[in-house]
Amino acid sequence: MSKPRTLYDKIWDDHVVDRQPDGTCLLYIDRHLVHEVTSPQAFEGLRMAGRQVRCPEKTIAVPDHNVPTTWDREKGIANEESRIQVETLDRNARDFGIHYYPVSDIRQGIVHIIGPEQGWTQPGMTIVCGDSHTATHGAFGALAHGIGTSEVEHVLATQTLIQKKSKNMKVEVTGSLGPGVTAKDITLSVIGATGTAGGTGHVIEYCGDTIRGLSMEGRMTVCNMAIEGGARAGLIAPDDRTFDYVRGRPHAPKGAKWEAALAYWKTLHTDEGAHFDKVVTLCAGDIAPVVTWGTSPEDVVPITGVVPHPESFQGGKVEAARRSLEYMGLMPGTRMTDVAVDTVFIGSCTNGRIEDLRAAAAVLRGRRVAEGVRAMVVPGSGLVRLQAEEEGLDAIFREAGFDWRLAGCSMCLGMNPDQLAPGERCAATSNRNFEGRMGRGGRTHLMSPAMAAAAAVTGRLADVREIM
Amino acid sequence: MDKFTALTGVAAPLPLVNVDTDMIIPKQFLKTIKRTGLGRNLFDEMRYTPDGAEIPDFVLNRPAYRNAEILVAGENFGCGSSREHAPWALLDFGIRCVIAPSYADIFYQNCFKNGILPIVLPQEAVDVLMDDARRGANARITVDLPSQTVTASDGTTFAFEIDPFKKHCLLNGLDDIGLTMEKAPAIDGFEARAAAARPWL
Repeated sequence: MSKPRTLYDKIWDDHVVDRQPDGTCLLYIDRHLVHEVTSPQAFEGLRMAGRQVRCPEKTIAVPDHNVPTTWDREKGIANEESRIQVETLDRNARDFGIHYYPVSDIRQGIVHIIGPEQGWTQPGMTIVCGDSHTATHGAFGALAHGIGTSEVEHVLATQTLIQKKSKNMKVEVTGSLGPGVTAKDITLSVIGATGTAGGTGHVIEYCGDTIRGLSMEGRMTVCNMAIEGGARAGLIAPDDRTFDYVRGRPHAPKGAKWEAALAYWKTLHTDEGAHFDKVVTLCAGDIAPVVTWGTSPEDVVPITGVVPHPESFQGGKVEAARRSLEYMGLMPGTRMTDVAVDTVFIGSCTNGRIEDLRAAAAVLRGRRVAEGVRAMVVPGSGLVRLQAEEEGLDAIFREAGFDWRLAGCSMCLGMNPDQLAPGERCAATSNRNFEGRMGRGGRTHLMSPAMAAAAAVTGRLADVREIM
Repeated sequence: MDKFTALTGVAAPLPLVNVDTDMIIPKQFLKTIKRTGLGRNLFDEMRYTPDGAEIPDFVLNRPAYRNAEILVAGENFGCGSSREHAPWALLDFGIRCVIAPSYADIFYQNCFKNGILPIVLPQEAVDVLMDDARRGANARITVDLPSQTVTASDGTTFAFEIDPFKKHCLLNGLDDIGLTMEKAPAIDGFEARAAAARPWL
């Protein structure tokens, strides 16, 4: 009998092209997603070396980081550098013959939202993109991770990556989630427990009945932030919910190929007794709605908690916490629910899917954004926006006082005009609260869509359970 | 890619943990379509005021460190975004080597693609080198890749581990793509086998 293998082991084994005696492997890549920020230098490298894209049919490009989300964006991008970057992607997609969703296409959106939406993302695949949140696609039981631009060029030219295998880490979450507790709270709580380097050198498999009970949207939220815990990739074994999501999408297998794919996908689970190098277990009942207080995604606290004292940490984290609190303008001991916000941002590859918009709208229905709070919602793709509009969610957001936008990465990293001003405090559904991430001097508190909606109506960080 | 063999130079101390790639090179500088010219904006928001004036206290603005070639930092250096603009900015500034107790995976890989040597040493060794780096231009640190050692200004030597393949590529300035292209028959063979086993792909 063969040795029991993890899900990661199985996908890895099925993609090894070549193995050196030292363990360095050439790994085959099934899907390569490309956006405008991390690809221009890679395409330029191909041109300089006279190389082609080896598999244009496996390469999918979309502009998302720089695109304006305002309704007049067909007029073009005002910022010259942003415009050049998007035009460069237009040209590269055309010249190299790769699949492309231009800004004018209703299917345009954040690369990690449209991959699954269009059926490019399937179980058992290897998927890479010059973007650390590629981990999102792991929700389908695909091995998906971010790469640098040199690696983008390598994949374009060879459809492979030079890799050494990572270690296996299991994150098991069991039990029922309390009211108001979501996938975002799970993933933030995992990072809070393990730290931003807790998963470094590992691929995480999320399992347990709590994870199993999540929708595909929720699973994507969990895997999306695997990188914030240091792991290059996060995985969830595919099941009927996964297959139901993929079935019928434009690029999903059809007919006999679907049946063959399904038979293979059903083998994609960790064998009984397979070895994990690291195991973390969380009880869903212990997870509260959480927010971040600092400038690292590990700075997680229940909404019922207080801003911690830097001295409560150890080692380099003491100084880091001091620096964070100064940047965030917070005093130790302050109750999180006493922190007033200026802005609310709902969107991003973490929480820009239809279920996220529904969750926020459920809180906002019949309510108004607090006086003086700027609130915007940016659907993750043109199709998410259309679906939300069909469901009437746009009307709920608009009536509450939210700005209803077009799809893109938007304020999550502020490469387009959607940014925070210095000192502006934001309740955000995105993934990073780093210094300057959403705009120089901007202060970010990460949370779930429902919690962000609660912050919008109260004007401060709020416990969504109290207004549900 | 430039080769990396040995280096003796000034090391700049950056005693912070979790230095993320947004700190190393903020988003507004990712709009370039080139790999060069980012050195001026390395650590931009820590290095300059909003109106562009230098912040005199920031380590790379201090006279002793303006030509630093080595950076000594805290654990989990380079976490966050996959942006290769981070190593491009370090390289363009003149930094060829980073010394830290640990790195984020993607940043670590990206360094090797650009001729930068990211050295992992235990916290105690990094602490010694951090103290050395604080002494400025008087304390030059020597990094030797063939022998896998870092030598502080007082002669204290620390050995470091590195993947043999990565070492080989750095020492010879090898282009990964060229190496992989030589394996085209193996890739062709894999594609044929995969097409038979997983025809839906």
